Amino acid sequence: MKEKPDVLQGTLALMVLKTLDVLGPQHGYGIARRIEQISGDLLAVNQGTLYPLLLKLEHEGSIASQWGASENNRRARFYRLTAAGRGQLLAETREWEQTAAIIARFFNAKAEDLA
Amino acid sequence: MKFLRRFFIRLSNFATRRRADQRLREELAEHVALQTEENLRAGMSPVEARRQAVLKLGAAQAIREQHHAEQGLPLAENFLFDLRYAFRMLHRSPAFSLIVIAIMALGIGATTAFYSVIDATLLHPLPYPNPSEIVRIEANLPGVGAHDVGFSIPELRDLQNSGIFQYVSFCFFGTDTLTGSGQPTRIAGKTVSPSYFAVLGVDAQLGRTFDPHDASPGSNGEVVISDGLWKRAFGADLHILGKSIRIDNDLFHVVGVMPASFRDQGQTSEEVSTELWAADGFYGDPSSPPMRGTRTPYETIARLQPGLSPKAAQGRLDALVASLKKQYPVDYPPQAEWTFHLTPLAETLVGNVRQSLILLFGAVGLVLLISCVNVANLLLARASARGREIAVRQALGAAKTRLIRQLVTESLLLFVLGGIIGFAILFCARKFLLQFVPESLPRLNDISISWGVLAFAIVVSVAAGTIFGLAPAWLMSRLDLTTTLRQEGRGSNGSRKRSRLRHALVIGELALSLVLLIAAGLLLRSFWDLFKVQLGFNPTRVMAIETSLPNPNDPSTDIYRTATQESVFLREALRRIRTIPGVKETAVSDRAAIPLGHGENDLRPRPLIREGQDVQSSQPPLIDTSIVSPEYFHVLGMTLLRGRLFADQDLEDTPSIAVINQAAARTYWPNQDPVGKRVSFRSRAAEPGWTTIVGVIADARTESLVDAGIPQVYLDIYQRPAKFLALYLRGQVDPATISAQVRTQVQAVDPEIPVFHAETLDDVLSSSLSVRRFSMEMVALFAGTALLLAGLGIYGTISFLVHEQSREIAIRLALGAQRRDILKMVLRQGLTLAAVGAGVGLVGALIVSHLMAGLLYGVSPYDLSTFAGVTAVLTAVAIAASYVPALRAMRLDPITTLHAE
Repeated sequence: MKEKPDVLQGTLALMVLKTLDVLGPQHGYGIARRIEQISGDLLAVNQGTLYPLLLKLEHEGSIASQWGASENNRRARFYRLTAAGRGQLLAETREWEQTAAIIARFFNAKAEDLA
Repeated sequence: MKFLRRFFIRLSNFATRRRADQRLREELAEHVALQTEENLRAGMSPVEARRQAVLKLGAAQAIREQHHAEQGLPLAENFLFDLRYAFRMLHRSPAFSLIVIAIMALGIGATTAFYSVIDATLLHPLPYPNPSEIVRIEANLPGVGAHDVGFSIPELRDLQNSGIFQYVSFCFFGTDTLTGSGQPTRIAGKTVSPSYFAVLGVDAQLGRTFDPHDASPGSNGEVVISDGLWKRAFGADLHILGKSIRIDNDLFHVVGVMPASFRDQGQTSEEVSTELWAADGFYGDPSSPPMRGTRTPYETIARLQPGLSPKAAQGRLDALVASLKKQYPVDYPPQAEWTFHLTPLAETLVGNVRQSLILLFGAVGLVLLISCVNVANLLLARASARGREIAVRQALGAAKTRLIRQLVTESLLLFVLGGIIGFAILFCARKFLLQFVPESLPRLNDISISWGVLAFAIVVSVAAGTIFGLAPAWLMSRLDLTTTLRQEGRGSNGSRKRSRLRHALVIGELALSLVLLIAAGLLLRSFWDLFKVQLGFNPTRVMAIETSLPNPNDPSTDIYRTATQESVFLREALRRIRTIPGVKETAVSDRAAIPLGHGENDLRPRPLIREGQDVQSSQPPLIDTSIVSPEYFHVLGMTLLRGRLFADQDLEDTPSIAVINQAAARTYWPNQDPVGKRVSFRSRAAEPGWTTIVGVIADARTESLVDAGIPQVYLDIYQRPAKFLALYLRGQVDPATISAQVRTQVQAVDPEIPVFHAETLDDVLSSSLSVRRFSMEMVALFAGTALLLAGLGIYGTISFLVHEQSREIAIRLALGAQRRDILKMVLRQGLTLAAVGAGVGLVGALIVSHLMAGLLYGVSPYDLSTFAGVTAVLTAVAIAASYVPALRAMRLDPITTLHAE
């Protein structure tokens, strides 16, 4: 069984972790709203794809969930970052920054720099 | 590692998938609800708010399915679905399922049964640690045509000191008489050198085995007994160690008891169930000090140095032989070509039945193959009937691989169920079935239905189900959708490819059955020829009963040391036995003279030195010798051709005389009269001790049913004593009580003498044919089954053809075709299949019969009448099987048929 090279899935996971890190425990809808607010169109459609990801992250131990009540008193599942998730977030953030820095340097490079 | 972890997550998901899916569904619903609320707050109408929320969420069902596919095990899930579907299909057509399962149960059950025999005999013949290290060593003299001539003590020492082996042990099997408690019992015993158990690598359960480094020259008085003997004769006495027992008047003390699971090595079941092992150094006999040229036919087994292959060991052994020949040129004359030959012990134990077993396993494998082909044919027929269903599925978008998987699952289910039922029947009937296995089969007692056998049954069913389910499934998945959907409703004439495959399957079935039938025919003819062979002796109403005189190691305690001492006992015993009602004549001989009934170890071939011819040669030919009483020839109905037989006046102190058979006369005195010639049987003694040949008898098949021409020498028992004896009784006696009657009479003379193993010579004769009879019966049974299956196969195919062509036939009839022509047309189709099948089968049969030439007797492997007869039988069955559907075709009513279309 081949895994699709899903950059989006990877970034989405990172976004979820970061959102939970910054805002503390959130339910699924809340996470979707935040990501939408910050990233604009990225999650405008197919917000549903978030949920399989949450399930997967929980399976992998990066986040944990429990039942709670939402602001308008609906029963909702709240997700929070675990210690392992926090570690993963740190590592992935570092990786992203490195990658971004390298890519940035490439984009800024001029012909004379490479001569 | 990562892959593994992912797999386990998937596996756990597979188990909890309902829960995860449930949660996903809840959360998605929750999301939609929250979004709808928000949209409402933003001022949308309730319907629009919900619509927008669902749109934003995306395709919820697809998300769930994708998650499922990514996180679960779709293959396993589909398999479960298919399995459920397959069970439903099985249920829907119970008759079809029952037939398929029954055929497979038969095929797999029979194959598994034979596998269990092969497993015990050929695959695991030695229940000892590192069995591949154990070898048997034989000394041969190919230059004088002598095999397994035995070893002299110095040669045995050379082997021990060669460094090729960890341990070398010599042994000989015999029967001993255990006396001291009640009735003297005769037990199977072995005299072994002290390293015997070290070679086998087995230790005692109580006490110890022999010390492999014990260097006592003769018997050291130690015996090890079997668990069975310990329980039977000594009541499982825990204080048995050190106790004294008397064997053949010699005093021994028990040092160990072997575990219950221990089986000795040996070629006969008698030898395998040895109960007593006595240690002996083999060079303590004061009458014959160890001389290089004095060989005794010990059996020699050895354990190779670890890591040394038998081939490498043979190489080093050859080098040893070469150096010994150089060192002792007088003892090893070059023309004798003395060699040591080493064989893995496992191979020697089943040597004589290996070919029969392989033949039977091949035959049963063919039956399995035919069953599979038959079932494949049935599956294909059913799949054709399901063409519409499959076409619809395909039209609805089922992938081909998915369809194939489903069809294969269905056939797998049938095959595995068949396999399980076959195995279950075998397991329940194992005791009953074992009765049919001839007792002379080595390791008969070790045949068991073990886990390995179960694994074999399962592997075979799964493999057969996959292979034979795949072809029909593959063909069905390649249906032409439009034609099928348009036609299938109204009795189509099927795809040409499918009918071609069906024809190929039937042809294969016929060919395989022909191979089996010809093998069975050839075996039957050999058996019949052997059964009808001119024996040269008359076994009718003759009974042989064994007895043995004590054979103590200390000659001074032997009360039957000389022929004169022994003859007093023998004459009195025979006189008393003649008084038993019904007994007309009696005789006595050593065990080697029991026609067809003695063991390999009873033969003691002796060197034959002819006066004036090869006195100087130290490598005379070896000849089988038997020691018999004068009446032996008459009791067994052997004909004297020239000279005279033994008479009462021939005694120990009169000149030694011998009778030979015609084969010996022909071989050693060609174109001469052997009567009056003198021979000696002592190759290296200073005093030759001449024996005069006084008579020649006609050849008899006393040594082997197959070979009438084995040279034999008979010596007079009143001139040469023998210890292991057979008493012969001719007359009308009751086999059930005769043993006891003879025992009473013999023990009236000497109460220490055991009497055992009464058997009529007719029984001996038939049991000497038992392995042949067994293979013949089995192959005949398999061939019959194959013929039946092939008949069913051809019947099914022709019926199907008639069904497919019913429209064509109806039109022909409507246009005025004669009904006879229709009959002919159908029969021709059957006959064509039979002819092609027979053609292919004949080629296969030629190969097989060539391979089994060694099992045949009196019939050529290419026997024309067998080949022709069997082909005729097969053709007749094919015609008969096509006749029923042909009749149906002939009686077709054109109007109804065409209307129904």
